[in-house]
Amino acid sequence: MTNPSADDARPATAGRASAPDSDQPPQAQETQQVQAPAIADQAGAQEANGADGADGSQPLLSLVDVGKNFGPVRALSDITLDIPPGQVTAIVGDNGAGKSTLIKTISGIWHQDHGEIRWQGRPVHLHTPKDATDLGIATVYQDLALADNLDIVANMFLGQELVRHWQLDEIAMEKTAKQTLADLSVVTIRSIRQPVGSLSGGQRQAVAVAKAVMRQAKLVILDEPTAALGVTQTRVVLDLIGRLKSQGIAVIVISHNLVDVQSVADRIAVLRLGRMVAVGPKSQFDAESIVDLMTIGTTRRLVGEPAEPSRPAGQSSGSSSEH
Amino acid sequence: MSTEVEEPPSEATDADEVASETAAVAAPDVLADSLGEYAKLWVVRVRSGDSGFLPVLLGLVAIVIYFQVRNSLFLSAGNLVNLMTQAAWIVLLGMGEVFVLLLGEIDLSIGYTSAIGATFTCWLLVPPNPWPWPIAVLVGLAVPAIFGGLEGVIITRLRLPSFVVTLAGQLLAIGLLLEVMDFAAPGSGGTIRLYNNVLLDIEGGAMSPLAGWIVMAVSVALAGATFIIRDQRRRASNLAAPPASVTALKIVLMAIAGVVVVLIGNTNRGVAVAVRGVPWVVPLILVIVVAYSFLLGRTRSGRYFYAIGGNAEAARRAGINLSRIRVAAFALAGLTAGIMGIVYASYLGSVSTNVPGGQNVLLAVAAAVIGGVSLFGGRGKMLGAVLGGVVVAVIYNGLELLGLGAAPQYMWTAAVLLAAVIVDATARRGRSTT
Repeated sequence: MTNPSADDARPATAGRASAPDSDQPPQAQETQQVQAPAIADQAGAQEANGADGADGSQPLLSLVDVGKNFGPVRALSDITLDIPPGQVTAIVGDNGAGKSTLIKTISGIWHQDHGEIRWQGRPVHLHTPKDATDLGIATVYQDLALADNLDIVANMFLGQELVRHWQLDEIAMEKTAKQTLADLSVVTIRSIRQPVGSLSGGQRQAVAVAKAVMRQAKLVILDEPTAALGVTQTRVVLDLIGRLKSQGIAVIVISHNLVDVQSVADRIAVLRLGRMVAVGPKSQFDAESIVDLMTIGTTRRLVGEPAEPSRPAGQSSGSSSEH
Repeated sequence: MSTEVEEPPSEATDADEVASETAAVAAPDVLADSLGEYAKLWVVRVRSGDSGFLPVLLGLVAIVIYFQVRNSLFLSAGNLVNLMTQAAWIVLLGMGEVFVLLLGEIDLSIGYTSAIGATFTCWLLVPPNPWPWPIAVLVGLAVPAIFGGLEGVIITRLRLPSFVVTLAGQLLAIGLLLEVMDFAAPGSGGTIRLYNNVLLDIEGGAMSPLAGWIVMAVSVALAGATFIIRDQRRRASNLAAPPASVTALKIVLMAIAGVVVVLIGNTNRGVAVAVRGVPWVVPLILVIVVAYSFLLGRTRSGRYFYAIGGNAEAARRAGINLSRIRVAAFALAGLTAGIMGIVYASYLGSVSTNVPGGQNVLLAVAAAVIGGVSLFGGRGKMLGAVLGGVVVAVIYNGLELLGLGAAPQYMWTAAVLLAAVIVDATARRGRSTT
């Protein structure tokens, strides 16, 4: 499954929404493309890299057959996923699908029980959040972890304060913070010396993201960044994600909001009951197929094609019996 | 620069309101370009509930006017100097309490641990073979500091509420105080006199009038220079700095306060012989306030006090060692209690097992909260404990001057404390709903 075919292919599903010029043969190709990661699941890392190294470049982060158990509960099974640099990957899934477990594994909060995580092709072991941070993985959790009583600069440098002559180097910190926010085009904040508690939801998210970016993150993981936000604030955050991408930073967005996912993601990965049921460029999905994948693990639009019926579903049941 | 610097209004609020809210919460220092604008922003900010030292200053003025009307001796030089020495130990204990309050904790034991420390100090200074006083002082500071540190270790290691642990610490301290006193001065009726003149002079002695002026002038000059240099460095780095007029106003106000204190101290308050000068305890407290404010405001560890009090989870994720800061807070509270114990012994001329340690510690918490230190952690300044301590001292001093007994003193303090807590909680709720 090579890249040109993926770009040329226009699935019927996406075609209805955005590309009316699509025709039958690409649909067949498309179906196979969507299933490629599922095949790679079984076949292993080599093929996964081959299939997902979208433009031939090395993926920034690869998960290969990653599994995580909590006692008898299998939270993640055989997750294989490549995160390409400079792209936005959305991870969607219903409650309990394993989204949080997945990002916590990537951020070093939990170590996987099976499989391998590779960073720029190199196998890595993320045992603590610091391991992940040191690689350049920054995670912005839903609760943002900001101290409301501290100002923006203090929050951005929390735990990493610059010190000069035994004193906090406020001037250097403020300059850096200001520059970082400016690079992200966060212009709505009047003074970066105001306490974070006084900011709007979108601004708080922006501060949390800026804090992550300031530490030279190569991959920023956003957990439900728009969950608590109104329409305007959501716009602010989505724009922010776009700017991260334009700076060459890879972004993983966890979201329930399919509209946001559709508008911001380059690639979509659908999780269901701890398994990756589909991964592919955004163009391969529409809202309906995502919902189908999230809820029943397969979608009529894809599996109904004559070429390769019900491969994802078969794949799922096959691998669950392995363990 | 775009003109759309305001954030877009959230649902159901019009743009004006949002604008004023945004302005309200930011420090006027960094937004205003002129004195007028500064004043305007400050008023908006006060209205929004984030009023800084304003309520305590207004309250202080009101209480002072009340007492002055009731008894014209209240504002006499003699009484005001008396007030300074009374306020000193409340202020000190309040400053100790600030460290733990900032973390959202409380320390109920420092009223008695201070007495234990002072007992050691006084004991070591008893003739005929007194130790050098600096060593006696060090012991008197170390004992309560270690006691506090151990409480901190228990609280962090076993994850127990500080309220209970320090309440147990208070009871333990009362017992230890009796034991130590019994060992140090058996058959003395539970009292040791303070024999050292240097320490007695903290509360009882005064600087010469000239020394008072010099200390005041140097302090104001140093503080003013610090402000001006800081502003200039910010401007040089293209960062927002308070307008020069505001800084000038601050320095002038500081100078006025200093001149007033020195004038009061240097007025003759003696009856038969002339007694003049600012009590030594005033510069002592000044030094401690500056040192503690530097620690909290300008150092990394100080920043962590606020971070932990504001959001312990965020601090933990930022890699901050929470236990270390918590233990340090209780040790610092103990250390400050040690200073207070010696000042208190200097005030009374002796140390006794009858010290009202439980009452003192509550006055200290009251002082800190009245001065704007939040009981919920994360908010407050050392200077707040000073202002709050002065308020408490004024109430006690004034009611005593009116010839009223203990009953109204307690009730007044209760009313003021309750008012301060209500202001604290309301402001907090106001912040969390916006």
